[in-house]
Amino acid sequence: MKYSHALAAVALLAAPFLRAAVPTAVAIKDAHVVTVSGADLPKATVVLRNGLIENVGPNATIPAGAWVIDGNGLTVYPGFIDGLSTWGIPGAIPAPAGRAAGAAAPTQPQAPAQPPTPQTTTEEQISEGMEAAQARSRGPESRPQTYSFERAADLVTPTDNRLEAARAAGFTSAATFPNRGIVEGLGAIIDLSGDSGRDMVVAQPIGQQILFRVGGFGGGRGFPSSLMGNISYIRQLYLDLDQYKQAKQIYAASPNGNKRPEYDHDLEGLAESPRILLPADQEQQIDRMIAFGQELKTPFVLYGMHEAFKRVDQIQQSNVPALISLKWPVAQRDTDPTDVPNYRDLVIREQAPAVAGMFAKAGVKFAFYSDGVDTAPDLKRAVKKAIDAGLSRADAVRALTLNVAEIYGVADRLGSVEKGKIANVVVTKGDAFDDKTTIEYVFVDGTVYQPSKELQQGPPNGGAPGTRRGNPTPAADGMTDGGRN
Amino acid sequence: MRPLLPIIGVALLTVGSGGAETVLIRNATVLTVTKGTVENGSVLIENGKIAAIGKNVSAPADATVVDATGKYLMPGIIDCHSHTAIEGGVNEGTVSDSSMVNIKDVINPEDINIYRALAGGLTISNVLHGSANAIGGQTVVVKLRWGKTAPEMLMEGAKPGIKFALGENPKRAGEPQQNFFTQGQAAERRYPGTRLGVEEVIRESFTEAKNYQAEWKDYNDRVARGGHPIPPRKDLRLEPLVEVLEGKRYVHAHCYRSDEILMLIRVADEMGFKIRTFQHVLEGYKVAKEIAEHGAGASTFSDWWAYKIEAFDATPYNAAIMTRKGVVVSVNSDSDELQRHLNLEAAKTMRYGGMTPTEALAMVTINPAKQLGIDDKVGSIEVGKSADLALFDHDPLSNYSKCMKVWIDGHEYFDRDKDLETRPKFNEQKKQLIEKENAQANAQRGGRPTGAANRATTPLEENR
Repeated sequence: MKYSHALAAVALLAAPFLRAAVPTAVAIKDAHVVTVSGADLPKATVVLRNGLIENVGPNATIPAGAWVIDGNGLTVYPGFIDGLSTWGIPGAIPAPAGRAAGAAAPTQPQAPAQPPTPQTTTEEQISEGMEAAQARSRGPESRPQTYSFERAADLVTPTDNRLEAARAAGFTSAATFPNRGIVEGLGAIIDLSGDSGRDMVVAQPIGQQILFRVGGFGGGRGFPSSLMGNISYIRQLYLDLDQYKQAKQIYAASPNGNKRPEYDHDLEGLAESPRILLPADQEQQIDRMIAFGQELKTPFVLYGMHEAFKRVDQIQQSNVPALISLKWPVAQRDTDPTDVPNYRDLVIREQAPAVAGMFAKAGVKFAFYSDGVDTAPDLKRAVKKAIDAGLSRADAVRALTLNVAEIYGVADRLGSVEKGKIANVVVTKGDAFDDKTTIEYVFVDGTVYQPSKELQQGPPNGGAPGTRRGNPTPAADGMTDGGRN
Repeated sequence: MRPLLPIIGVALLTVGSGGAETVLIRNATVLTVTKGTVENGSVLIENGKIAAIGKNVSAPADATVVDATGKYLMPGIIDCHSHTAIEGGVNEGTVSDSSMVNIKDVINPEDINIYRALAGGLTISNVLHGSANAIGGQTVVVKLRWGKTAPEMLMEGAKPGIKFALGENPKRAGEPQQNFFTQGQAAERRYPGTRLGVEEVIRESFTEAKNYQAEWKDYNDRVARGGHPIPPRKDLRLEPLVEVLEGKRYVHAHCYRSDEILMLIRVADEMGFKIRTFQHVLEGYKVAKEIAEHGAGASTFSDWWAYKIEAFDATPYNAAIMTRKGVVVSVNSDSDELQRHLNLEAAKTMRYGGMTPTEALAMVTINPAKQLGIDDKVGSIEVGKSADLALFDHDPLSNYSKCMKVWIDGHEYFDRDKDLETRPKFNEQKKQLIEKENAQANAQRGGRPTGAANRATTPLEENR
């Protein structure tokens, strides 16, 4: 026991951010435990062994040879789960629900594991509104922009440098999705640690993310370019899926004398998906997507939600889970000083952070997602903003843990500090969302990390939360590169 | 912790919920359009419908009485060609036939242009797909029920339509494109590049639609005989064209030149469908007889042309000439701005072509209602029709008139005085929001002001 403790201590001193050799067992003794699934335990021991939570309770037995952490003054939370993410897929930029309609689509990132696509010009890559590397379609029948067959599980890699920053914010898992086209592919629940992508995958497939790609008139891009085109495109896909299933069934019952239905790559990917994620940020988009999801007769989840303060009842009544973007809308920097902001935008900016608290009161199943906010201080401040606007701390923790697990159907293995679940826990000194709180240890799948102070807190005058777009490099954003490669 | 400003509900004049009020509009000049003018007349609204019209109308004691002395009451204005409130693109211009897309899916009830149009007396818009392709998207008739959701704005009982387009717009996408986005790459062409091609697209699509119709008929016959065949693929592009063939969907065809108008009539006759309206139809005066024979309506501009080659041979007398030749003619806006004063657009037909005041008003009321097949419900002030009404302070055909109040289905959706009253309160709220945001931004930046966050508010600027 002494030996492993000393080994850990030496290693911790040696590196600003350590991924330590895992002792066979770890016991966090006499800590305050936020189980989420049940009541908080003011003084309890959490035992982790073989990547699982072996025991939790005031009198949990500490196995012989375990590394014992003195939990006095420490709090144990379940590891946070990003409700909709691209973490683990390097270079992927989160899909913006808010800009889904009427504005330019982002340029397409290329994950290294994805198949090569035709070369495009530099002008195209830098210009907003242009899809880089999309083969131009000849019409809807060629089903451009459907990547329903792509799997996050095949694309994730532990080398994505955002994982380290995410762990420094207490995140241990993510619902991560591939990120190109309109039907973007099959997502996976991943742990933010592993020697290879294979180690990271917890569950898959968990759904298809839909993104409306709007912009461009005719030249250069294929069908669809309008929001109504996107909608009819998806509607047609689901009609095709219906027909495909029916045809396969009829054929299976009597192959003799019937024409064999063609194998369909795209529809197989759709058929396999247990749910779809639909973008809905503004109130009319929420109305539209609730109706559309119901029309498609497939379980669905809404993401975006910044104007959902006007639609809490409708969301509650339709019993649809909702993912709230942590990239709060803010005034754009460097706009024309004579521009008077639009009233509706002002109200959205004022009230968006209150949505989570309203959902909690109304009983809407909701979770948060990072949406490009990917440094620890920004993530913490973003959640704090929702708390300041009326969300209880307990509900904030739930929205980052068990709620996500329940939305994706993995609550049997993730989302709470409970016996038998995966050993994803965060050990803090202080309340998770307070400025001065530090994260002492992060356990992912039983592997221990100790995030550096620099990663956790950023520079003294870090940028305002939610103002950054995309996934800038730390240097470009004026952030420290402490601990990053 | 941080108190939220009590915002929702103050913002805009919103419509009272619950059942429609009983309203008596008293002592107005009632321009019924179809039944003459009633001086010092009254109109009673009950249950959203017009219940009585006349010089002496008795109303229940609890009726809201609107004194309209000196004012003019006309039917709510109807615009047969609008693109208002379409979210995420007016055109699906990437394909020659985009009949699979539907405007119904993308109505944005939050579009402020709805409210601004209401303020000009407009109550109904025929919201159309753009003119980028020979066969455009499906269209809907919308009642401007500001404050309601998109499905609640769709007009009950109005037949859906589909947009067609002829001439320069649908073939423009066939020209080589040289711009920033296509630099260094072979410019992509989209068929068709000529007027011949536009005709071919329509003919081919309807040929496909007929085959599709037959395929489903065959399938249904086999099922009826007890078979279990694999169903054909449901095709969202061809379904609306089958509906056109079956008379369940109207065709609204954007056009300019007389030759292409005749072409479309020929194709329609050959394929067996009807054109419901020719839109813009600036050379309609040359082929008015043929348009009338086909049974189509014409929805045109009052007095603007020459903005492109195919719009050169136009005349402001177009509406009047077509009317005299027996065509049902409306004057449309095609614009978020023009739709706010369609009454004045209609008035121009009196200057150009000598239309009577009633004929002029009909161009933006009963005539577009006829073209949209809703003239049994709206378009004139008649007992039993929906109480879609606009009250003006002067004759609506005068430049000096202003719209004072608008009712749709008996609900008041616009009131000029209430609007003006709300503005100071509204601006105060907006100022507070900006100040709060500035304070937060300054606190975050350690007191240093920034350009963008520190703007002053000026009253009445971009209020809504």
